[in-house]
Amino acid sequence: MVRQNKKYFPIFVLPTLIAFTVAFFIPFLLGIVLSFTKFTTVIDAQWVGLRNYMEAFSSKEFTNALWFTVKFAIVSVITVNVFAFLLALLLTRKIKGTNLFRTVFFMPNLIGGIVLGYIWQLILNGILFPFGMTLTFKPEFGFWGLVILMNWQMIGYMMVIYIAGIQNIPKDVMEAAKIDGADRFQILRKITIPLVMPSVTICLFLTMSNSFKLFDQNLALTAGAPSRKTTMLALDIYNTFYGSVGSEGIGQAKAVVFTLIVALVAVIQLNLTRKREVEN
Amino acid sequence: MEARSQNHKKIGSVMLFILLTVLSILFLSPIFIVLMNSFKGKFFISETPFKLPNSETFVGLDNYLSGIEKTKFLHAAGWSLFITLSSVTAILLFTSMTAWFITRVKNKFNSMLYYIFTLSMIVPFQMVMFTMTKVANVLHLDNPVGIIVIYLGFGTGLSVFMFSGFVKSIPLELEEASMIDGCGPIKTFFLVVMPVLKPITVTVAILNSMWIWNDYLLPYLLIGMDYKTIPIAIQYLKGGYGSIDMGAMMAMLVLAIIPIVVFYITCQKYIIEGVVAGAVKG
Repeated sequence: MVRQNKKYFPIFVLPTLIAFTVAFFIPFLLGIVLSFTKFTTVIDAQWVGLRNYMEAFSSKEFTNALWFTVKFAIVSVITVNVFAFLLALLLTRKIKGTNLFRTVFFMPNLIGGIVLGYIWQLILNGILFPFGMTLTFKPEFGFWGLVILMNWQMIGYMMVIYIAGIQNIPKDVMEAAKIDGADRFQILRKITIPLVMPSVTICLFLTMSNSFKLFDQNLALTAGAPSRKTTMLALDIYNTFYGSVGSEGIGQAKAVVFTLIVALVAVIQLNLTRKREVEN
Repeated sequence: MEARSQNHKKIGSVMLFILLTVLSILFLSPIFIVLMNSFKGKFFISETPFKLPNSETFVGLDNYLSGIEKTKFLHAAGWSLFITLSSVTAILLFTSMTAWFITRVKNKFNSMLYYIFTLSMIVPFQMVMFTMTKVANVLHLDNPVGIIVIYLGFGTGLSVFMFSGFVKSIPLELEEASMIDGCGPIKTFFLVVMPVLKPITVTVAILNSMWIWNDYLLPYLLIGMDYKTIPIAIQYLKGGYGSIDMGAMMAMLVLAIIPIVVFYITCQKYIIEGVVAGAVKG
C-alpha cells in the first residue's frame, strides 16, 4: 500500500507544502539570515555579523519591553490560572445553571484582540476620569489594564479546560477519599490537584505563550503609551520594523531573540509541569 | 442532625448560585457598557461611560450610521467573511489530505515534515512578519485571494497536527477494505476517511475561524491598504492623531461583537468542545 500510494504525494501533500514553504518556511530561514545583515528591501542586504544583536540588546526600548513582557506574563499566568481553577471548582459542583455560567465566562475569549483593547480602554478611562487621570497617565495603569484584559479574555478559556480535567477524575477515587473521611480541602490537595496536572500543563502553556506573544490587545489598549513604557516585545519589534527606515535588521534580530525566548520558556515550562503529572 | 446538614448544603448552594450570578453580570458588563454608549453622543462617552443615555445624550442610531460610513463597515464585514470562509475551507481540505497521507505513508521525509509543521506552531508571528510580507509581494499574494495561500501556510502547523492525531486513532482496516475493493487513495480518502474525520474537522474549523476572523496584523500588512477586514477597519477608526470619534467607535465595536455572539450562541456546544479538544491535543 505504501509504495502504491507514494506517487500520490503531489496531490495530497504538495498544495499544503507549497503554501507552508511560501508563508512560513522561506520567510523563517530568510529572517534568520537577514538578522545578520543591514537591509531595507531584502535585496540590498549587507552582512554585518552580530551588530544587530548588540544594538538590539543595547536599546533601552527592547530591554524595557522584555521586562515588561516577563512581568506581565508572570502576573497574568498566575491570576488567570488561579481564577480559572477556582471557577472550575465551583462549576463542577452540582448547582443549577452551570451550563449558562460556563457559556457566559467563556464568551470574551471569542472576541478579537483589537476589539477587546478598545472595550477596556473605554472602561478603564471611565474609572480613572473622576481622578483626573487616563489610562496612559502612568505605565502601571497600562500594565494592570493589560492584566485585567487578559484575565477577562482567558479565564473562561482556561476554566473550560480545567472543568474537562476535573470531570475526568474517576468517581471511585473521590468516593474512596470521602469514605476514608477526607475533608474537602484534603480532597482538593491530595486528589483533585494532582489528577488535573495534565490540564495545568496545558493551561500554563497556553497562558504563557499567549502572554508573551500578545500584540493586538497591547496596540489597541495603550499602543505603548506613555512614552513606550507599556510596549511589549511583539509591539516593540513591530515598531522597530515599521517605525523608522534603516532599522529592519535590528528588528529582525529582535524577532530571532523573541522566538528563542518563547521556545525556551515553552520547553522549560513543559518539562517542569510534565514531571508533576501522575498516571491515572 | 441529618436535616441540619441538608439545610446547610442548600444554603451553601444558594449562596454559590448568587455569587456566580453576580460574577456573570460583572463579566458581561463591559459589553453592555459599550452597547449603552453606542447610543450616546460622541462627547458624552469618554468621561461618563457608566451613565445611561438620557434625553440630552441619546442620539439613536447616529453613531451606527456615521461609523458604517467612516469605516465602510459593510465592505469590511464582506472581506472578513470572504477571507475567513475561503481560508478555512482551503485549510480543512488540504491539511486533512496532507495529515492523512504523511501519517499513513511512513518514511523519513514525511515524518520530518510532520515535525517541522508541529514546531512551526511555537514561532511568534513577528519572526516572519517582515520577510513573509516581502515574499508575498514578490509572488503577488498580497490580495484577498492570495492571502488564502498565506493562511493555509500559517494554519498548517496546528491543523496537520490535529488531523494527524485523529488519523492515528482510526483503524487501518477501513482503508484497507476500500483499497481491496479497488478504490485508489483519492477515492479512499474522500469516501472512507473524510466522513470519519468529521468531529476533528469541526474542531479544526472552529479554531481556524476564530483565529482568522479576529486576525489583525497579517491582513493589515498584506492587504490592509486596499482591503480592510473588521479588525483593520476598527483600528483605522482610531486614526493617526489620537482623536477618536468615540461614538462611531462604540457602534463599530458592537457591530464587531454581534456576529461573534450569534455564532457562539448557535454553535456553543461545538465551540467549547472544539476549543477544549484543540487545547488538550495541542
